[in-house]
Amino acid sequence: MTVPTSGPISGSSPGSISGKPVPVPTPETQPFWDGCAAGELRIQRCLDCTKAFFYPRPVCPACGSVNVEWFTASGRATLYSYVINHRPAPGFGDDGPYAIAVVQLAEGPRMMTNLKGVASAPEDLTLDMPLRVTFEQRGDIYLPMFTPEAAS
Amino acid sequence: MSPAVIIAGAAETDQVGKLPGHSTLTLHMEAALNAVRDAGLSLRDIDGIATVSAPGPVQVAHALGIVPRWIDGTGVGGTSFLLHVRHAAAAIQAGYARTVLVTHGESGRSRVGAAPFRIPPSSPAGQFEMPYGTFGPTTTFTITALRYMKDFGLTHEQLAYVAVAQRRWAAKNPRAAYRDPITIDDVLASRMIAYPFHLLECCLVTDGGGALVITSADRAGDFAKPAVYVLGTGESAEAPMISQLADFTESQAFRLAGQAAFAEAGVGVHDVRHLMIYDAFAHVPIYGLEALGFVAKGEAGAFIADGNTEPGGRLPLNTNGGGLSYTHTGMYGMFAITEAVRQVRGEAAAQVEAPDISVVLGNGGSFATAGVLVLGRRPR
Repeated sequence: MTVPTSGPISGSSPGSISGKPVPVPTPETQPFWDGCAAGELRIQRCLDCTKAFFYPRPVCPACGSVNVEWFTASGRATLYSYVINHRPAPGFGDDGPYAIAVVQLAEGPRMMTNLKGVASAPEDLTLDMPLRVTFEQRGDIYLPMFTPEAAS
Repeated sequence: MSPAVIIAGAAETDQVGKLPGHSTLTLHMEAALNAVRDAGLSLRDIDGIATVSAPGPVQVAHALGIVPRWIDGTGVGGTSFLLHVRHAAAAIQAGYARTVLVTHGESGRSRVGAAPFRIPPSSPAGQFEMPYGTFGPTTTFTITALRYMKDFGLTHEQLAYVAVAQRRWAAKNPRAAYRDPITIDDVLASRMIAYPFHLLECCLVTDGGGALVITSADRAGDFAKPAVYVLGTGESAEAPMISQLADFTESQAFRLAGQAAFAEAGVGVHDVRHLMIYDAFAHVPIYGLEALGFVAKGEAGAFIADGNTEPGGRLPLNTNGGGLSYTHTGMYGMFAITEAVRQVRGEAAAQVEAPDISVVLGNGGSFATAGVLVLGRRPR
């Protein structure tokens, strides 16, 4: 019997490490994940209507233009809303209750994230609090996370 | 314009709740047989089929010996059955089908013969939401609520009261899973699921099914039960991921589906005497009341807390007890329709007074999709 050792992370299956889900990039999202690996939050904007958008796709959701480009966002955001999850997803069992947040980027788009450097407690999580991006490695991927600006 | 179609038959499975002896497919078939019998028809009268995969319309039709000449497999979450009614109305008007069967069956609790939940890690949600520890609707559908609470002053007590009000309806329904009265304190003392939502602010997870028989309105009077007229319908979709909803304090899909249905029916909110709003979580009826225009933005929490939607109130809402107290298989929309049909017919467990017009608002996913039906006792 052979032990599967192919791939950089022994014992992991595609799409997960330590049980936590790992994104599998697709061609249209690869520039985003490449940006994260380089420590930059790269998102897209429309060259016709100028609107920034996220999640990655080849067409502007505001005006339908395919004339879109990647750019590096500031990494600044505010806390739009959140829940504190008490029924952990697979792989999150050791984390205790954890906040799943949606943040509003300074450039306009919103994204889901986790919060770092702050307790997952309602009294510590004030909506609209300023945040900045940080990146956390999981498998071969760097995930954008957000941390309170004041904690920097 | 006179309405195109009626609901001629509507029924649920013999039981709802915990049914480990029923597969998903069996739940579909039992509900279908009950609905066809309710209409006074046989399965041989059915020439159109609509349901959600899995098992899907091909499997359900084949299992029942139905040879369809019209098929709808629209699967956009728990509101799909409202959309099936709408699509069936169009098909019947076009002559593509004469008698359509819409079925729902889901072994949501026992998971017998049920499709596994899986979000591919390369999908948009797999890349941009799952990595952050989402784990089903308790972590996604709920995430809008704190924004609404901050912007519009909804209190934790008002949110809890949605469950209290619906339990008062469930107390009158012998089929409801939970019937004992509860208080705001009970709700706030129940286990935290995903702050700010406690266990009693989250829907049940049950097994069950329901089915409808839809046919042309010119056949009203030919069936075993009074016809329920489909006066207006609407559907819409917004974001497949909750993080991408345009505004966390409202549902655009609820609003657009409602506007379409009310406009087609030619009725306004003041004509409505009975209302069903999909209640996977306690905040959803709040969003629904506002999206449909029953109250102004920010007012629904107080409207419910003031007793307007509970027994004795002026706008009876979720009179079966809803997903919070009656049953919730996962795709609850069918049960909202079957209760509205019972109310319009005058055969509900918690019957309200003469609901000539009943409105059903269905949700799919986490505010991802919506369907609205305006049902009536009479053609307009």
